[in-house]
Amino acid sequence: MHTFEFIRPTDQAGAIATAAQSKTAQQGADVRFLGGGTTLIDLMKLNVETPARLVDINRLPLDKIEETSDGGLSIGATVRNSDLAHYAKVQREYSVLSQAILQGASAQIRNMATTAGNLLQRTRCVYFRDTAMACNKREPGSGCPAITGHNRTLAILGASEHCIATNPSDMCVALAALEATVHIQGPKGSREVAFGDFHLLPGDTPHRETVLEPGDLITHVTLPPPIAGSKQVYLKLRDRASYEFALASAAVVLTIESGKITRARIALGGVGTKPWRSPEAEAALTGKPASEETFRQAAEAALRHAKPQSENKFKIELAKRCVMHAVRVATTS
Amino acid sequence: MPDNHQSEPPKPSRRSFLLTTGSTAAAGVVGAYLPAGANNPVERNDSSAAATSELNVEGTVPILLRINGKDHQLRVDPRTTLLDCLRETVDLTGTKKGCDHGQCGACTVHVNGRRVLSCLNFAVMHDGEEITTIEGLGTPEAMHPMQEAFYTHDAYQCGYCTSGQIMSAVALLKEPCGPDDAAVKELMSGNICRCGAYANIVAAIQQVRNRA
Repeated sequence: MHTFEFIRPTDQAGAIATAAQSKTAQQGADVRFLGGGTTLIDLMKLNVETPARLVDINRLPLDKIEETSDGGLSIGATVRNSDLAHYAKVQREYSVLSQAILQGASAQIRNMATTAGNLLQRTRCVYFRDTAMACNKREPGSGCPAITGHNRTLAILGASEHCIATNPSDMCVALAALEATVHIQGPKGSREVAFGDFHLLPGDTPHRETVLEPGDLITHVTLPPPIAGSKQVYLKLRDRASYEFALASAAVVLTIESGKITRARIALGGVGTKPWRSPEAEAALTGKPASEETFRQAAEAALRHAKPQSENKFKIELAKRCVMHAVRVATTS
Repeated sequence: MPDNHQSEPPKPSRRSFLLTTGSTAAAGVVGAYLPAGANNPVERNDSSAAATSELNVEGTVPILLRINGKDHQLRVDPRTTLLDCLRETVDLTGTKKGCDHGQCGACTVHVNGRRVLSCLNFAVMHDGEEITTIEGLGTPEAMHPMQEAFYTHDAYQCGYCTSGQIMSAVALLKEPCGPDDAAVKELMSGNICRCGAYANIVAAIQQVRNRA
């Protein structure tokens, strides 16, 4: 591991001022905020991340969960995943978020991992994690060996000819379906970013994964007021029953009245280069009867633009069945 | 540990023998870390400043860790994981290094009462915090009920993952967990046992939960 300077700022402004000196907030950042460490320290051991300075934000007052004035929820950047999953209002009103978190990682990692850190979780693509290999995300322009190599777990939605890495988060899939907002404090002030706009598609700049600029600190994430009577399901399909990343997952938030779906929010995990909201599936469900035919059409719509890699054609059918079953469970629960 | 329960450990121990014979060869390798034993435990108000300053290796930072109820004033390279700090600096080798990448759970310890992976934390992050390791749970003479249950149920073969399993299991007692075996298995999935002692591990945990 490369040497680094460990900095513990006394306030948010100090943290932002230090991080603002970084050349980038993306891959290759020379200043990194340190939260739970579960992704960053792992990648520092692999020399994938080599920051010269670490700004430990764990003792800044960013660890609160609070109700917002409109009846929604504000989740601080350093709220631990386990605390969020077990928070009573989350279990009651935003249960898809609780379900998603508790199906991710292990109990130990959930005790460490933070809300903001989960948003910035890096791909598990083996080429990204191995500095002996080329990787456009790690070293722009070096190539993507995954396209002709091991890609069984990689993306079928949102990929480009430069990068097919999957976003590994479960929590973010639920946040996409819940239409969360990311709150950022930067050197030039604060701003809000809709969850769907926070992560970027790889395109020809796969090293840029989010909208964050140097010095940008995620302070909290807000959820809109809960949708009364909504049915919420997170379904995760994977190679092992526990402690494994998704091959396909689906977050469903919907309301149903007299057998008809009146509102639907659908997001997919394990298949996209970012947490994958599917307005196509939502449109296919809204106003339709809760029937097998409707579920099938939603699944087809969600995967219509899917492009398989050499080893993961199975994911298209798997993701379709995942969406179908998640919606089926939600409408019958 | 169970072996010690029945017989005294051999003297010199296997560990001290390995440390002695390996120290010359290892000297060039462990430069990033202070040698084991260099940071002796000191009481918070103990004036050992002179001894500490002698070890003021360039780039190291002072931290205070309260480990198993005892204050340890240490100097560590910021790169030192909590795991390496416990094993190499404080010489508490009950916590094991398995994968060193957060995938196996062998390094599980408690920080402020919650189970975490000590391999994915830097020791400096825990300045002033409370750490509990397997050595702080019980002794061969007075085992923690979970240690006793692992012993009774033969919940191990090689024993390498055992301290991490027990630290996880003890933390689980205070976490939301359903009553059935499936709930225990789910919450213990972060602790891998290559020997496959899972059935006995679950039985040991359930025995402690049902008695509580």
